[in-house]
Amino acid sequence: MKFIELKNVNKTYSTGVTALADLSVEIEKGEFVFVIGHTASGKSTFIKMLYREEKPTKGSVIVGGVNVAKLRNGRVYKLRRKIGVVFQDFKLLPKLTVYENVAFALECLGMKASEIRPKVLKAIEIVGLKEKVRSFPHQLSGGEQQRVCIARAIVNEPKLLICDEPTGNLDPETSKEIMKVIDNINKDLKTTVIMATHDKEIVNRMKKRVLLIEHGVLTGDYLKGSYKSHEAI
Amino acid sequence: MKPFRIIGRSIRDAFKSVFRNFSLSIASILCATITLMVVAIATVVALNVRNATQQLESELSIVVYVERGTTDTALEYLENELKNINGVAEVKFISNDERLLEMSNKDSSFSVNFEIYEENPLLDAFVVYVKNPEDLENTTAEIRKKDNVESADYGKDTVDTIVTVFDVVEKATVVVVIALVLVTAFLITNTIKLAIYARRNEIEIMRLVGASNLAIKMPFVFEGFTIGLLGSIIPIIITIYGYIIAFEKLGGKIIIDNLNLIGPYNFIFYISLGIALLGAVIGMFGSLLAVRRYLKI
Repeated sequence: MKFIELKNVNKTYSTGVTALADLSVEIEKGEFVFVIGHTASGKSTFIKMLYREEKPTKGSVIVGGVNVAKLRNGRVYKLRRKIGVVFQDFKLLPKLTVYENVAFALECLGMKASEIRPKVLKAIEIVGLKEKVRSFPHQLSGGEQQRVCIARAIVNEPKLLICDEPTGNLDPETSKEIMKVIDNINKDLKTTVIMATHDKEIVNRMKKRVLLIEHGVLTGDYLKGSYKSHEAI
Repeated sequence: MKPFRIIGRSIRDAFKSVFRNFSLSIASILCATITLMVVAIATVVALNVRNATQQLESELSIVVYVERGTTDTALEYLENELKNINGVAEVKFISNDERLLEMSNKDSSFSVNFEIYEENPLLDAFVVYVKNPEDLENTTAEIRKKDNVESADYGKDTVDTIVTVFDVVEKATVVVVIALVLVTAFLITNTIKLAIYARRNEIEIMRLVGASNLAIKMPFVFEGFTIGLLGSIIPIIITIYGYIIAFEKLGGKIIIDNLNLIGPYNFIFYISLGIALLGAVIGMFGSLLAVRRYLKI
């Protein structure tokens, strides 16, 4: 079942730089997809289009049946509630505790405190941070902060988890742990995962579908692919 | 229920964030305090100047001398005629005896000098007060045409100058207060903008987790409201105590006896209410403007 469908997507920035050119791709529900490519290849633009941080200049971006490209600015928040996003730089609120950071996502939606509590505790448990609920971000290691970010992304049980280089700031051991968490979310919760990364090691080990973007063009789409599938990278 | 929960959380978060971002909040509150203080002082001074000019203006009058030998009926008729002139606020009759008594009270040599006359040589007079001092000239001219009027005068040159000066002073105070309010709005808005700039990550995260624009704006608007209100506390205290003390020290007068300061009660409460409202409203709008920048609307 098609969950994400990009058709002839073009993106040219106001500076004249073309980030994506005629990109078409389909992603099924529950898939785990890596998006790889050099810096400035257009993979970040691709990722940002999925959660409507960027709009295509041409073409359509359909996520869960909705053409995101035509979504009005005032309605974007409805899309975001169905998508969890994890970043390289975590984007945690430094003055909120782990619990508050995760609960924040649900409070913004106006959920009842009695509903929020079990959901937050469950998400924190999934990422294995039960012991640190009362800690502040600065008291956590990089890996732990990324787990909080993942917990926040999945607390509302999104259909899609988007990860923009989530292991970019982490050492290999910690990266492995984080990938295990994300892989479990994909397997156990059936959440579709799309992850942009530079980490060869991870891509090679996990043997998932790989999309290769070069100079804004989708040049490779390998099922159970890896970096080895394309020696140039 | 959901909107109420969002409003409730916005208020809670506003208070939390005033304390959690203490140094930024203090900067915004201090900025509000200082500017609102200036506005409060300027408003108190301006309103008193306005009040004083109005008092002085209401004192301006036309003195109408009545011809000697005018009968009581004619006097009554003239008084009614004067009262019926457009723009006349009040007509006061002063008999020649009253005038003599008044003059003698001021200077005892009068009564001695006047003793040589068998009859009181002074004329009966009407004092005519007008509603608008600018009407003095026309009203005087009209009075002069009436029967039994010996003369009518209002001290043209002095009064004309005073009226012009008062007019300028009144307009100038209004301009100064409006200018200060605008400067205050600008300064407070900018300080809040800086404070929110430091927290643009927070706004970005709120957008990412799917908070609606309204839900993002609300805590910042309440925070701006709180900052404006907190900033108005010191100016209000200084206005209340400062004005009461100044009023007592000056005996309620501005330099001369005839000019009264505005009575402190009610006046200071209105000023305080105005300052609190101004602070709160500017704080709210300042925050709203600042947040809008980071929302892709």
